[in-house]
Amino acid sequence: MKLIFEKSYEGRGNQIFPESDVEVVLPESPLRAKKSHLPEISENEIGRHYTALAKRAYGVSSGFYPLGSCTMKHNPKVSEKVASNPKFVNIHPLQPIETTEGCREVLKRTEEYLCEITGMDAMTFQPAAGAHGEFTGMLLIKAYHEKKGHHNRTEIIVPDSAHGTNPASSVMAGFEIVNIKSDENGMVDLKELKEHLSEKTAGLMLTNPNTVGLFDNNILKITEMVHDVGGLCYYDGANLNAVMGVVRPGDVGFDVTHLNIHKTFSTPHGGGGPGSGPCGCKEFLKPFLPGIRETDHGYTTEIDTIGNVTGYYGNFLVVVKALAYLLTIGSEGVPMAAKNAVLNANYMMYKLKDIYDVAYDRTCMHEFVLTLEKLKEETGVSALDMSKMLLDYGMHPPTMYFPNIVHEALMIEPTETESKEVLDDAILIFRKIYEDAVANPDKTHEAPNSTPVGRLDEVQAARKPVLRYEFKS
Amino acid sequence: MGTFIPNTREEQKSMLAEIGYSNLEELFKDIPSECIFKGELNIPKGKSELEVVREIEKIADKNKLYKKIFRGAGAYYHYIPAIVDTVSNKEEFLTSYTPYQAEISQGILQSIFEYQTMMCELTGMETSNASVYDGCSAAAEACTMCRERKRAKIYISETVDPRTVKTICTYNFGSGAETIMIPKVNGETDINKLKEMLDDESACLVIQQPNYFGVLEDVDKISTIVHEAGAKLIMSCNPISLGLLKTPEEYGVDIAVGDGQPLGLGLAYGGPYLGFMTTTKKMFRKLPGRIVGETFDKKGERGFVLTLQAREQHIRREKASSNICSNQALCALKVAVYLAAVGQKGINEVAVQCTSKAHYLQKGLGEVGLKLEYDKPFFHEFVTTSSDSNKLLKALDKKGILGGLPLEDNRILWCTTEMATKEDMDELIAVAKEVN
Repeated sequence: MKLIFEKSYEGRGNQIFPESDVEVVLPESPLRAKKSHLPEISENEIGRHYTALAKRAYGVSSGFYPLGSCTMKHNPKVSEKVASNPKFVNIHPLQPIETTEGCREVLKRTEEYLCEITGMDAMTFQPAAGAHGEFTGMLLIKAYHEKKGHHNRTEIIVPDSAHGTNPASSVMAGFEIVNIKSDENGMVDLKELKEHLSEKTAGLMLTNPNTVGLFDNNILKITEMVHDVGGLCYYDGANLNAVMGVVRPGDVGFDVTHLNIHKTFSTPHGGGGPGSGPCGCKEFLKPFLPGIRETDHGYTTEIDTIGNVTGYYGNFLVVVKALAYLLTIGSEGVPMAAKNAVLNANYMMYKLKDIYDVAYDRTCMHEFVLTLEKLKEETGVSALDMSKMLLDYGMHPPTMYFPNIVHEALMIEPTETESKEVLDDAILIFRKIYEDAVANPDKTHEAPNSTPVGRLDEVQAARKPVLRYEFKS
Repeated sequence: MGTFIPNTREEQKSMLAEIGYSNLEELFKDIPSECIFKGELNIPKGKSELEVVREIEKIADKNKLYKKIFRGAGAYYHYIPAIVDTVSNKEEFLTSYTPYQAEISQGILQSIFEYQTMMCELTGMETSNASVYDGCSAAAEACTMCRERKRAKIYISETVDPRTVKTICTYNFGSGAETIMIPKVNGETDINKLKEMLDDESACLVIQQPNYFGVLEDVDKISTIVHEAGAKLIMSCNPISLGLLKTPEEYGVDIAVGDGQPLGLGLAYGGPYLGFMTTTKKMFRKLPGRIVGETFDKKGERGFVLTLQAREQHIRREKASSNICSNQALCALKVAVYLAAVGQKGINEVAVQCTSKAHYLQKGLGEVGLKLEYDKPFFHEFVTTSSDSNKLLKALDKKGILGGLPLEDNRILWCTTEMATKEDMDELIAVAKEVN
């Protein structure tokens, strides 16, 4: 398909702006000498271009999207509707405080509800995404220890099953990473944890349910052990969809957490963002929260604030969407969503585990992990091949090759917004591709065959990077 | 209660029975009972769609909506062509995840590749990433790109937006990098001080063009000084201004960053916006976040993939160049559609109108006694004195006009875009004449 630049034709365009009603005056400053090659293209052609691109994209609205760890739920349309209100969209972030009561109420109420769900005491919406929330949380831990004079607490313990963002966020906050191995059940190995805890421990980062979809049943023991040596406990809330309304991180010993609004609270992911990664904490960490915060008495900056992680109040419109979602499902809907997410995952796992190897064969939470190690050994068909075969059935594949601790992993997260028929159809497809793989292993390497492009040469893309269109003149 | 769960209670029951559970709660049997939250969450009961719409509209109504906005200071009121939202509301764009599966994500990947190309064209730079969170975090990430073991000091001009400064300082608190402020003189970076303060441990200088006070800095001079000291120059720029003004590339800047909000994104009480980052061929491997590259399939068909992933957290974990995972892809799409809709001529037209109108307003305000604070070239923002900024802004507010941002000592930072008509500006000037 042509790029938009290849559809550009000199002299075309759109009459968007009226002629200036004042005299043209230019500043006494150097002007650009080189013309920019922005497209010259009519609105009709732009519309068709993006309609063609949309056809070559796949969203939750296109079909089943069991991308593990990403919680690809239905994105309620009411959220889009209320967030497009001009009285949100056209509000300047630096308007006088008495003119932004509505925006402040959105932030305050959503903070209240999310604190209730997580068992935390305060929350900031400044972080724009999950990883950004992690970074913010790690800075809170750092600021706390510095304030207490604990300058030797430089280590963060991260289990090897953690999201890659956990160690990366800790390093950005200036910590050293202590990786610990999981036990044979995919849980934190308590012996291993004990060995690595010390007076140098600043904290522990834990994803729970963990990345193999299991709830760590030693969680109370883990947080107690970390607290006993003076460390703080960070809860990676990326997987909260499994337990919201069922378990509250704040009740099981966690001091700070982040949420992925674009996962758990159903806001759309937009092909990569914008998300929202609010960071919540217990009362004793509140003085370190970033940004300008809304209180009963107006705006305030916390006394020991770490500063700012974005310019204003984070991805505000995303928060509006989360509020709409929360108001819709309400107090009874929150745990009901979690329970059905877990039901759907267990249903799919049950219906696949007679032919597929499940990495950990026990009741899972909102997602489960298959390992295709044996299939690969016996037939040469990999998790990648299987994923590409799914594309030919019009389904989005699960997350591949994650978590790293499971070989040839496929991580499946159906979410609660899928019906039994969708799951049944997907189960049939999974079973069918398994049969196909065993019958004709060589053919699997050719998949997909029905997509606009075949498997793309990623090695070439990285070796000789072409990262922009080059214009001829 | 509204619900987004399609399965009925009966279906749930039969599914449970089929897999050997008697109720939903039993699915959580492995969780120790002392961990389970007992009781009901203290949040309101669920509501129907119509009730939710009514309730949130009521909240929105508590905001005051201005139709005449003369305030910028980092968030700009511009016209958004109709097609921008039409395109970005397409559900395939809205409801997809990061394009990990390239074969069914060519639409997203190509749109990002086109966005990267447009940002390169606008800034003149050679490579762009797929976006970061906002202009502030983009500046902070750019500083990280410049740090080396022996060059770790980060310099920021005092004329940079205070929120950008604060964000860089927060990131530096994390990394332990030293932050040094270069003072301002007459509303612009003090070039003499800059020369004195840079040394062989300097990693980079961050400047803003036009700067926070609207003044256009002498970037040629700054660029020479910074590079003579062996440091890198990071320029935070307003993308609209690049439709007219000398580009970062033409100034020899190493990394150009900024907020893409003026290019088709609403004011939205501060977000979602978009952080853009473009750089030279020398430095592109240090860029954080997603980057889309061109490649081919076996049949020779052109396609696009996420590339250079060896920089990223999911591969490199603690050794990654940044922790960024989600970015602002849908905002990048809006920016690309905006730039396609206005085109090269349109972006120039917007820039010319912004600055022409700012000069008209400044002249008018000057004539009624609001003196221009800095006698320097400016783009679409400028600072004036006033006898009582509070009184003036209140008087404007009564007419439904959001005046400039009050600064200390009764000074006001004004901003004018193509949205301001001559009539609006004359009205503003008349109020100023009356009140000042």
